[in-house]
Amino acid sequence: MKLAYWMYAGPAHIGTLRIASSFKNVHAIMHAPLGDDYFNVMSSMLERKRDFTPVTTSVVDRHVLAQGSKEKVVTNITRKDKEENPDLVILTPTCTSSILQEDLQNFCYRASLESKSDVLLADVNHYRVNEMQAADRTLEQIVAFYLKKAEKNNQINSEKTKNPSVNIIGAYNLAFHNQHDIAELKRLFMDLDIEINEIIPEGNSVQNLKNLPKAWFNVVPYREVGNLTGEYLKNNYDMPYIDVTPMGIVETAKFIRKIQQILNSLNCKRSYEQFINNQTRFISQSAWFSRSIDCQNLTGKKAVVFGDSTHAVAMTKILVKELGIKVVWAGTYCKYDKAWFTSQLEGLCDEVILTDDHNLVGDLIAKTEPEAIFGTQMERHVGKRLNIPCGVISAPVHIQNFPLSYRPFLGYEGANQISDLVYNSFTLGMEDHLLEIFGGHDTREVITQSLSADSDLIWAIEAQNELTKIPGFVRGKIKRNTEKFAKQENIETITLETMYAAKEAVNT
Amino acid sequence: MVLKETENLSFECETGNYHTFCPISCVAWLYQKIEDSFFLVIGTKTCGYFLQNALGVMIFAEPRYAMAELEEGDISAQLNDYQELKRLCLQIKKDRNPSVIFWIGTCTTEIIKMDLEGIAPKLELEIQVPLVVARANGLDYAFTQGEDTVLAALAQKTYSNSQQRNSQKTNSREQEPLILFGSLPDSVANQLTLELKKQNIIVDGWLPAKRYSELPNIEPGNFVCGVNPYLSRTATTLMRRRKCKLISAPFPIGPDGTRLWVEKICAALNVIPQGLDIREQESWDSLSDYIKLIKGKSVFFMGDNLLEISLARFLINCGMIVYEIGIPYMDKRYQKAELDLLAKACANNNVRVPKIIEKPDNYNQIDRIRDLQPDLVITGMAHANPLEARGISTKWSVEFTFAQIHGFTNAKDILELITRPLRRNSGLKELGWDKYNTEI
Repeated sequence: MKLAYWMYAGPAHIGTLRIASSFKNVHAIMHAPLGDDYFNVMSSMLERKRDFTPVTTSVVDRHVLAQGSKEKVVTNITRKDKEENPDLVILTPTCTSSILQEDLQNFCYRASLESKSDVLLADVNHYRVNEMQAADRTLEQIVAFYLKKAEKNNQINSEKTKNPSVNIIGAYNLAFHNQHDIAELKRLFMDLDIEINEIIPEGNSVQNLKNLPKAWFNVVPYREVGNLTGEYLKNNYDMPYIDVTPMGIVETAKFIRKIQQILNSLNCKRSYEQFINNQTRFISQSAWFSRSIDCQNLTGKKAVVFGDSTHAVAMTKILVKELGIKVVWAGTYCKYDKAWFTSQLEGLCDEVILTDDHNLVGDLIAKTEPEAIFGTQMERHVGKRLNIPCGVISAPVHIQNFPLSYRPFLGYEGANQISDLVYNSFTLGMEDHLLEIFGGHDTREVITQSLSADSDLIWAIEAQNELTKIPGFVRGKIKRNTEKFAKQENIETITLETMYAAKEAVNT
Repeated sequence: MVLKETENLSFECETGNYHTFCPISCVAWLYQKIEDSFFLVIGTKTCGYFLQNALGVMIFAEPRYAMAELEEGDISAQLNDYQELKRLCLQIKKDRNPSVIFWIGTCTTEIIKMDLEGIAPKLELEIQVPLVVARANGLDYAFTQGEDTVLAALAQKTYSNSQQRNSQKTNSREQEPLILFGSLPDSVANQLTLELKKQNIIVDGWLPAKRYSELPNIEPGNFVCGVNPYLSRTATTLMRRRKCKLISAPFPIGPDGTRLWVEKICAALNVIPQGLDIREQESWDSLSDYIKLIKGKSVFFMGDNLLEISLARFLINCGMIVYEIGIPYMDKRYQKAELDLLAKACANNNVRVPKIIEKPDNYNQIDRIRDLQPDLVITGMAHANPLEARGISTKWSVEFTFAQIHGFTNAKDILELITRPLRRNSGLKELGWDKYNTEI
C-alpha cells in the first residue's frame, strides 16, 4: 500500500478511453462498478464536448460479484451495437474488474458473433501500466487490428500517394493543448508542401486506418502516446517515422530537417533550409525575442521544469538553449521512460528527477527556490504557496488549460506562445520584486510548514522587520542562509547583526 | 387516506445504467464537517483519480484525506493487510494527529475480501486512534449513500463516548432526548436547531457533530430524525442497534418540507407547534419572484443523488410540472412521509403524479427527454453539456448536494439554483443560437 494524495498520471482505463472516444463512431464499454464512469464528466467538462461521450458501463454490482457477469456484458455490447451502430465496440476492463478475472475475451468473442460492429478487448494490465502507456498500447492495438483485417480482405492500400504525404499519430482527447498543436502541425505541413494522409485517432474513423500505409512517413509528436503505433507501421509497412517533438525553434528546425532527410531518401528532393531560415529570422517572433535586450534580463535566471517527458524535455531545451535560462533540475513523472529522458537532458541541467511523488517535487522546489517554475497544475499550486510564478506546460491540467483561443505549443506559433509564457512568468517575478522594494503590499510569510524545515531559532523584531523588506522571491533563501549561519555559530536569537554577518559569510 | 395517496405513485425500475458519483466522494464534505477526522480511502488508482478530479481545487488545500493505494502485492496477498494499514495509519497519526481515522472500503477491498472490520478493532488498540470502517463502494451504493454508510458506522461507534448528557439528564428534562442525523454545514445545522428551539424542542445532538469527540451519546429510547433522504442505513442502525425511535418525517427541504418536518417532530415529542403557518407563508412569500419564473415549467430529474423526491415535491409545490423522477435507490419505508407529501403536492396542485424511476437507464432517459423536451433537466455533469448543445436547459445535480438547501432560510438557494439556467438562457435567447451540436 502506498499513501497517496495526488497522482500525475491516471489509471490505465482512462488511457484506453481517451483513445477509444477520440475515434469517430467507436463506443467503449467499461466493465466497472457504478461511479467509475467519471471519464464522461471529464470529457464533457474539460473539453466542453457537445456530444455525449461514447462510453457506457456494464455495471459490476453485487450480483456480478456473486455469480459473474454471465450474459450482462454480451447483452450490453449487442445493445450498444443496435442503438448506436458503432464501427467498433471496445470493452475496457478497470482495476476492479481485472481482479475478478472473468473471461472478458470470451465475452468479446461471443458478442462479436451477434454484432455488426467489431468488438475488441483493451489489452492493458491495470496494475502495471498507467494512463499514457495504456493509451499508447490501445492505439497500437486498434491500428494493428484494422490493418490485419484489411489485409485479410485484401483492402489494404499501400500504394503511396503521388505527392509526399504524412500521417499524424497523436491527436486525442483530453491532451494538453492538443487541438491547437494539431492545427499548427497541419499548417506546417501545408507550408512544407506535404499532404496530410490521415490524422489519428481524434475525429477519424477506424475505417480509414487501412489508408495509413499510403503515406510516405509518419510523425509522432508526443513521446507518450503513438510511438508503439509508429514502430508497428515501421516494422510492418516499412514506413519511416519521426519522433522529434517540434516544440521550440531549434527542435522544430530539427523536425523539418528530418522530414527533408526522409523525403530525399525516398527520391523526392526537397530543401527546406530557406523555409527554416525565413521562419526563424523573420516570421516567428521568438528567435528575435531571445536576442532582444528584454530577454537579456532572463540570462542565468533559475528555473525548474517538471511534467510529462515530452513537454519537460522540450521546455528544458527551450529554456537553456534558446533563452539562456539556467534550469537547475528537470523532471518527469513518466518514470518508465527514464533512459530516453535522461539522455535527452544530458548537459542541459544540473540534475534529472524521476518521480511521481508530488510532495517530493514540492520539497525540491522549496529547496531550490527558483525564480520560475514550469510544471503541471500541481506545481502551479506549490508556486502559489511559495510565491514563485509558474507556467503550466504539461498535463495534469485544469479546465483553464483547455483555452478557447489558439494556443499551440508546437511549431513556430507554438514557439511564440512559449516565449510569452516564459516571459510573463518571469516578469511577474520582477514586478513582485519592484513592489517589494518600494514597500509593496504583500509581506505574508510564505514558507509553509510542510515545505521547509522547522527551526527553533528566535528572530528578534528588528531582524524580522528587515526580513520582510527583502523581496519575496529571495526572502526564503536569505532566511534559510541566516538560520544556517546562526546554527553554525551557535546563535539562538537572530538579530540584525546576525543577518549582516550571515550575508558577509555567504558573500566571502 | 394516506395509503390511497401513496398508491397513486408509480414506481419503475430500469437497468441501473446511469451516471453518478462514486460514494467515496462523501469524504469531500465529511472531512470538512468532522474537523478532527482523517479519511483514508483504501482502494486503487481509479478511486484516487476520481477523488482528485471530482474534488478539484480542494485537493490542493492539504485535505485531511488520502488514498491507501493498493498495489499488486496487496491484491495477491503477498503483503499483510494489517501491517500495511498499521504503517500508513501510524504515518497519518504522526503527520496529522487526528482524533479518528475513517477507513473507506472500496470495490477492490470488497472483491479481495479485505477484512477491514476485523482488522480495525485490533489496530485501534495498538495505535491508540479510533478507527471507523465504512464500506462506501460502487458495487452497492451511489453518491450520497456514501455518507449513509459512514454515519451508520459512526452510529455504532458512539458507545464509548462522553457521558456529558447524563448529567444534563439529571436536570430532569421532560423531553425525551432528540438526536438529528445527517451531515450539514454548521450554519445550516444551527438554523434547524434554532427552528426547533422556537417550538421549545431541544436538539440533544447531531450525528455527525463538528468534532468526533463531540458525538452525541445515543441511548435506547431516544428520538432520532433524519435531515436527508439518503440516510436509510443510518436510520436502520439507529433503530435496530441503538434501539432509538425514528420520527418519520419529510425532509426539511423547501418551506413545505421544513414545516412538516418540524410538525412531525413536535407530534412525536407531544409539543403543539406554534406559528408554523406564518413561518411557512413568509418563506413562500420570499420566493415569489423565483416562483413566477418557474410556474408551469417542466422539469426532468435524471437521478443521481437521492435528493430527487424531496426536490420534486418542493418544485411541484412551486407550480412546476415534473415529468420524471429518476433516483438511484428508493427506500419506500424511510422516505414514506416524503412520498406521501409528494402525492399530496400533486393532488393540491392538480398535476399528474410523476413516474419514479429507480435505477434509471440514462440512454432511455435521453430518449424520453428528446420526446418530452422539458424546460429543465436536472442531471450530472456527464450529460449537462451535450444536452445544452441540443437546446435543453440543464442544472447539474451535484450542486444540490453541496449547496445549503435545508430549512426555511435556504429554500431561496434551491430556487436560485433551479432558475439560474432558465435566467441565463432566457438572457441569451435573443441571439437565436440554442443548438450547438453537430448531429441531429
